[in-house]
Amino acid sequence: MAERSFKKEVTKLTAGEGETFTGEGILAVTKALLQSGVAYVGGYQGSPISHLMDVFADANDLLESLGVHFEASASEATAAAMLAASVNYPLRGAVAWKSVVGTNVASDALSNVASGGVTGGALIIVGEDYGEGSSIMQERTHAFAMKSQMWLIDPRPNLPSIVDSVEQAFRLSEASNTPVMLQLRVRSCHMTGSFVAKDNVRPPLTVGEAAAHPVRDTDRIVLPPANFLHEVEKIEKRWPAGIAYVRDNKLNEWFGPEETGEGIGLIVQGGLYNNLNRAMELIGLADAYGESKLPIYCMNVAYPVIPEEVAEFCRNKKAVLILEEGQPEFIEHELNTLVRRAGLDTRIVGKDTMPRSGEYTAEVIRKGLAKFLADHAPALAPELEAANPLPAPVAKEIPQRPAGFCTGCPERPIFTAMKLVERELGPTHVSADIGCHLFSILPPFNIGNTTMGYGLGAAGASAFKPKEGEGSKRSIAIMGDGGFWHNGLTSGIGNAVFNKDDGVTIIIDNGYSAATGGQDILSSRADNKNRVTRNLITKAVRGVGAKWVRETTRTYDVPKMRDMLREALTTPEKGPKVIVAQSECMLNLQRRDKKVKAAALKAGERVVRERFGVDADTCTGDHSCIRLSGCPSLTIKPNPDPLRQDPVAHVENSCVGCGLCGEVSHAAVLCPSFYRAHIVANPGKLERFKAKISGAIIARWQASAERERVARAF
Amino acid sequence: MTTAPNQNRLTIAILALGGQGGGVLADWIQEVARAEGWMAQGTSVPGVAQRTGSTVYYVELAKPDGSGRLPVMAQMPMPGDVDVVVASELMETGRALLRGFSTAHRTTLVGSTHRIYAIGEKQAMGDGRGNGEKIIEAAHQRSKRFVGFDMEAATERSGSVISAIMFGALAGSGALPFPTETFRKAIEHSGIAVKSNLNGFQEGFDQAQAPVAMPVEDVHEVPVPTTVRGRELAARITAALPVPAHVNALHGVARLMDYQDGDYAALYLDRLETVAALDAAPFEMTAETARHLALWMGYEDTIRVADLKTRGSRIARVRGEVKAQDDQILSITEFMHPRLQEVCETLPAGIGRKILGSNRMTDLLGRFFTQGRHVETTGLRWFLALRALAKMRGMRPRSLRYVEEQERIEGWLELVRSQAPLDLGVALELVKCQRLIKGYGDTFERGLANYERIVAEHRRSPRGAGEIRRLRDLALADDKSVAFVEALAG
Repeated sequence: MAERSFKKEVTKLTAGEGETFTGEGILAVTKALLQSGVAYVGGYQGSPISHLMDVFADANDLLESLGVHFEASASEATAAAMLAASVNYPLRGAVAWKSVVGTNVASDALSNVASGGVTGGALIIVGEDYGEGSSIMQERTHAFAMKSQMWLIDPRPNLPSIVDSVEQAFRLSEASNTPVMLQLRVRSCHMTGSFVAKDNVRPPLTVGEAAAHPVRDTDRIVLPPANFLHEVEKIEKRWPAGIAYVRDNKLNEWFGPEETGEGIGLIVQGGLYNNLNRAMELIGLADAYGESKLPIYCMNVAYPVIPEEVAEFCRNKKAVLILEEGQPEFIEHELNTLVRRAGLDTRIVGKDTMPRSGEYTAEVIRKGLAKFLADHAPALAPELEAANPLPAPVAKEIPQRPAGFCTGCPERPIFTAMKLVERELGPTHVSADIGCHLFSILPPFNIGNTTMGYGLGAAGASAFKPKEGEGSKRSIAIMGDGGFWHNGLTSGIGNAVFNKDDGVTIIIDNGYSAATGGQDILSSRADNKNRVTRNLITKAVRGVGAKWVRETTRTYDVPKMRDMLREALTTPEKGPKVIVAQSECMLNLQRRDKKVKAAALKAGERVVRERFGVDADTCTGDHSCIRLSGCPSLTIKPNPDPLRQDPVAHVENSCVGCGLCGEVSHAAVLCPSFYRAHIVANPGKLERFKAKISGAIIARWQASAERERVARAF
Repeated sequence: MTTAPNQNRLTIAILALGGQGGGVLADWIQEVARAEGWMAQGTSVPGVAQRTGSTVYYVELAKPDGSGRLPVMAQMPMPGDVDVVVASELMETGRALLRGFSTAHRTTLVGSTHRIYAIGEKQAMGDGRGNGEKIIEAAHQRSKRFVGFDMEAATERSGSVISAIMFGALAGSGALPFPTETFRKAIEHSGIAVKSNLNGFQEGFDQAQAPVAMPVEDVHEVPVPTTVRGRELAARITAALPVPAHVNALHGVARLMDYQDGDYAALYLDRLETVAALDAAPFEMTAETARHLALWMGYEDTIRVADLKTRGSRIARVRGEVKAQDDQILSITEFMHPRLQEVCETLPAGIGRKILGSNRMTDLLGRFFTQGRHVETTGLRWFLALRALAKMRGMRPRSLRYVEEQERIEGWLELVRSQAPLDLGVALELVKCQRLIKGYGDTFERGLANYERIVAEHRRSPRGAGEIRRLRDLALADDKSVAFVEALAG
């Protein structure tokens, strides 16, 4: 069960011709796919594409009713390879993933599909997460488009443009036999807006029909001699066809006057257009509706660049500013080449004026544009006010908020146990992975030395061979269940078995691809009517030859976790040690559990609730417990003691009673301030009777103790 | 940078933490605008916020000009170009200022004044909290209007969620040109928790009319004597101690009478007076000694913990804290881990020392104290056991721990008294070093060891006040004492 449900929203996808569709970017893209007669859809979750995958999953019934095949792919490579369906058949297909990391994983298949080319429209929707929220913020999908010769569309960020781009992308793909990438910037995925819908179109040919009538064309297969043909075909046939389609169908756009007295112009990536317009509006060079006083060439197609259009735009201009986010500045390089080739003298201004790194926000563009104008059209240059940043003494009071494990997260106790073992055995090299567990790198755990990619935790530790005998130390690798099924089984465990590795791998099995939003995976314990779940990780691990395999089904049992880990690190047994630590993702568990409990309470049934608390009068404010937990519910509050000054630990009402606080205070021999409250709503008769009796006895004792205390009190 | 607002456009930035419903709020605002014939667009970067991080949601509203053209909307707030900022927490209010979203003369800043501490603040070994007053001051300076109140308390009061409070406060601030009724309708249309959300909306709306308010803090009332002995000791404080030390000394006496008895409190005053005799205005050393001596003399032993855990007032307090209703049954389990060490410390000094001094005995007995215990204080068995332990209060002055602590206290006071005539500043810093000694088990031992190192170092080669303060801060910098040990070595 995914974290966010789109069940309600997907009903909008049935909107027909002329209806106004209002919703988020990801829904608009889905609607555009259906309007384009897509035959199959696949992909792998990861921000900002996770929710697109959730939309597909929640729209499964609609997709099926239209004859569209949807698959939650095992990895981005799987998704990319799925595009093989468009090689021989006129099937339109779309796959989606987070880029640039997902594109890295997919690149083998992408090279192959781009080499042979496609018959049916093949669309790759990449959630380009350049900048905020990104994992590898400096890399660009653009490089993949160039090296594999795939077209890259970067539409203006408004829903009508995005929807139109999806439809055009399929046609462009078919016209040039080339896969097309649609770059959806992170904010566009969840941007709300409206567009006028068209009817959904059933695919003229379904994947089932295609499979029933196989077509074979060895010229499309990457084997000599066809692969030599592919290179020539790409350059001589598909590239010119792509350029022609983009040019003839005016996929790129022009704004403002053709020329100005100053002889300047602006070239902008489609995705940055809105930021540019806002920057221009604020310095009086455009209005809110995009009426520009300067010529703008808006490249909705970032690759290929259209030589004629560039030459035309640059002719009669002294200087043109190219607004291209990220580096290297591929477009700027190409513009320079094209301008030269066209025999023009136009100066292309780019990264010498704009920052080399970071997002091109409206603010950044405004500053860059001001500089460009000052250099090349001083009459238009605005006076920018000096910045007025928050003074440092105030700014330093504002704390960072690094991401962390959720309240009650079952992954937290694993790292608590690791910290306790570290106290006994000293630090070990820890190879981390991608997933929620990567938050262990951050305070308060500060565990993890490297991370090499999704599912690559164990592989990242493969070079660390413990030396023999005294002082030998095994490394620890972490892997999540998501990464495990993505590739970790083979790249990590299989590799470790084959190479006789001696390290320890902890596989954190919380039942979902939790970090990306709780999607089901092979080992999920949930029932999913469209997928096969409950495939055990331990079985898979043993299947590839691991011998030392331990499993715990309650990660909150810190002593057990600690002992298991200590054994793995110290056992004389050679070969990889695999610990599978299972407990369900608390977010998902709570989402289910809360409803059930609320209903039971309403029905007057007996309901037990547990939560933790801290006695402020015995807490001395050292916060060891926090350093071993980091739970959002475990926080601090001003010390109620008039003499003590340090804040005391405090458990908020959001506590879900996972039990870690108690386990930690036991396992780490902390203070006795923690208590667990067990609250029974609608208790039974006998239970009530017993509580009444013991309560009465206790109350009498307390009253007598109280009298004694009052007598000796101040 | 400040930019002139566009009359037909409103830009709204929402800064919220994961789980606070920033997305819901953004949706409500857009619905209000659309219902009033405006165009609305919202954006956010999801995925980060839900795992405790903070996120900015951005909403842009535009009034159509009748031409049918679509305005070009921005996808993120631009510093100096934001009309309304809504922030769900005090430091997020601060972050809005840090990012330049709120500007004087233009921005209506609606921010909560309550704190959700960040991990960096929480994990500090002492007090790592950021200073909220500076944020409030800056919020006033850097906004056209600052609407600030404790939104968490408002959420509690109205039994609602903080997003509804923020929505109400936004409506109440009057920053958007839409009728209040349309805001209410947006909540009704969503169809989820309509009643409680409307309650929260009203609470937020009303609070927005009030002046900026910080969360209500607990005030510590100065104890008033209720017994003959209490009045006697209170009179002694008034007569013998300088005024700046009175409050702490009154708290100290009250605590130690509760902890042990009147004689013990009298011993406290005897000790305190020897320090006061060496002090001069402003008498900070006496005031701080009054604090730290009371804390040290009221050290946490098993007797004290057993007593505090079994008081009637404590069970009532827990009931309130965990929100157990009257008809619900509450049971409380403690996580106690008494080691042989703590048990022996409770025994008479001679016996305790003997056991701890013998390997055979510690091996034999130690086995019974390796496990943590789940102690159900609401059950008769454990309650009576703890009460019996609390009853050992009378025997406390003969216990091993008592003997050890009094020796340490005397050593500390002796040092303070010997330094005071030379340098009051140094003496004061030595007094404050008591702060390092806190906690139980390993935490206690680490703190005590760090305290003893500073004292030993000072005895070996006297340090200035600033140096002692620095060493103390370093001892609280990390729990492996890395920086502290380095500083001592260097």
